[in-house]
Amino acid sequence: MAYQFDFGAILPHWKLLLDGVVLTTELAAIGAVAGVGLGILGAWARSARTPVISQIVGIYVELIRNTPFLVQLFFIFFGLPAVGIKLSEFQAASLAMIINLGAYSTEIVRAGIQAIPQGQIEAAQSLAMNRVQVFRYIIIRPALKKIWPALSSQVVIVMLGSSVCSQIAAEELTFAANYIQGMNFRAFEVYFVTTGMYLVMSIVLRQILKIFGNFLFERRHHA
Amino acid sequence: MPEFTLWDIVYNLLLAARWTVLLSLVAFVVGGVVALLLLLVRTAGSRWASRLVRGYVELFQGTPLLMQLFILFFGLPLIGIDVSPWIAAMLGLTLFTSAFLTEIWRGCVESVNKGQWEASATLGMNFTQQMRYIILPQALRIGIAPTVGFSVQVVKGTAVTSIIGFVELTKAGSMISNATYAPFTVYGCVAVLYFVICYPLSLYARRLEGKLHNVSR
Repeated sequence: MAYQFDFGAILPHWKLLLDGVVLTTELAAIGAVAGVGLGILGAWARSARTPVISQIVGIYVELIRNTPFLVQLFFIFFGLPAVGIKLSEFQAASLAMIINLGAYSTEIVRAGIQAIPQGQIEAAQSLAMNRVQVFRYIIIRPALKKIWPALSSQVVIVMLGSSVCSQIAAEELTFAANYIQGMNFRAFEVYFVTTGMYLVMSIVLRQILKIFGNFLFERRHHA
Repeated sequence: MPEFTLWDIVYNLLLAARWTVLLSLVAFVVGGVVALLLLLVRTAGSRWASRLVRGYVELFQGTPLLMQLFILFFGLPLIGIDVSPWIAAMLGLTLFTSAFLTEIWRGCVESVNKGQWEASATLGMNFTQQMRYIILPQALRIGIAPTVGFSVQVVKGTAVTSIIGFVELTKAGSMISNATYAPFTVYGCVAVLYFVICYPLSLYARRLEGKLHNVSR
């Protein structure tokens, strides 16, 4: 007998899926804001002239970039309690996303900083700007503008990657899908719809980041 | 209760790591072949076919790998194909890899100077000859660094297949962790093993990238 598809079986559970979307969005938002913040800090530390700090950041970046997100998540959620750090599912998922995106954006932002011509920094110094001012106005703004597309892609990747947080029972979208298919046994239908929802979310997120980027780096009209 | 030494843990993880490596290799090689075909369709095919390939890439880049695996694992049996976790993992990761490689290589092909296409066309070359002798050799030089870089993503992607029950490094880690009650040590070891596989690839990719920059300067 051929399988009868029944997408209607998902409808009664729409609220669960919606809750999942909300939590995935929260995770992505926390991860994006704190992760990129961490990345800027990391890039600044790497470009600073203190070898020890720069090396520590370098090790952090390589460790994270060369291990799977899922393993990082398991290590934080299951491993850290052994050394007395207990986190809730949501806290662990957020932390893992921040740490993960932090490492990637450190590298991305650093690439942007390296592309700033040395002459501009010297020019700013000759205008008596202090180090913080130079970093804020001369280095980080143009650097971020340059690498914004790469950074946006990474944020989308991390948002999609959050689906594995279902494995530590963080109740995001994939967790909701798993839960629903456990109730109605319509695995294919549920995952099909959920995949579509992720696709929409990634398209929307990409657009939001694009608009935000335009807003952020819009050319100011100087007198 | 049996006692587990650190060596027991590492030894069993190493056994499982073979599957991680094998899965990565299969996905990367087969995915590469598929990507090459898709790339040809994307650059030479009709507008309709090329749009289809673009949709394929968008679909895989815009959805989580885990969902792709779930759909294969739960969907294929519905149309009468019985899949084991190994088959679903291999298939899913291969498709995933092919989509990303298509996109990476497309960028490389497009970065080859347009004049090269025109010049070779002037010499009376057909599309196959242009690709074979003029475009791909140049695109290859640009593409090798990001391709090696992407192989790291493939290795890390294999970890997700543990969720559909394929016993590779991460799944073995979970099982050992449940048996030993030593999650800190076990997941620490798992991370180290992934690092040992991935870091050389990352370093190699970076070296290739440096070389390319030096040449072009």
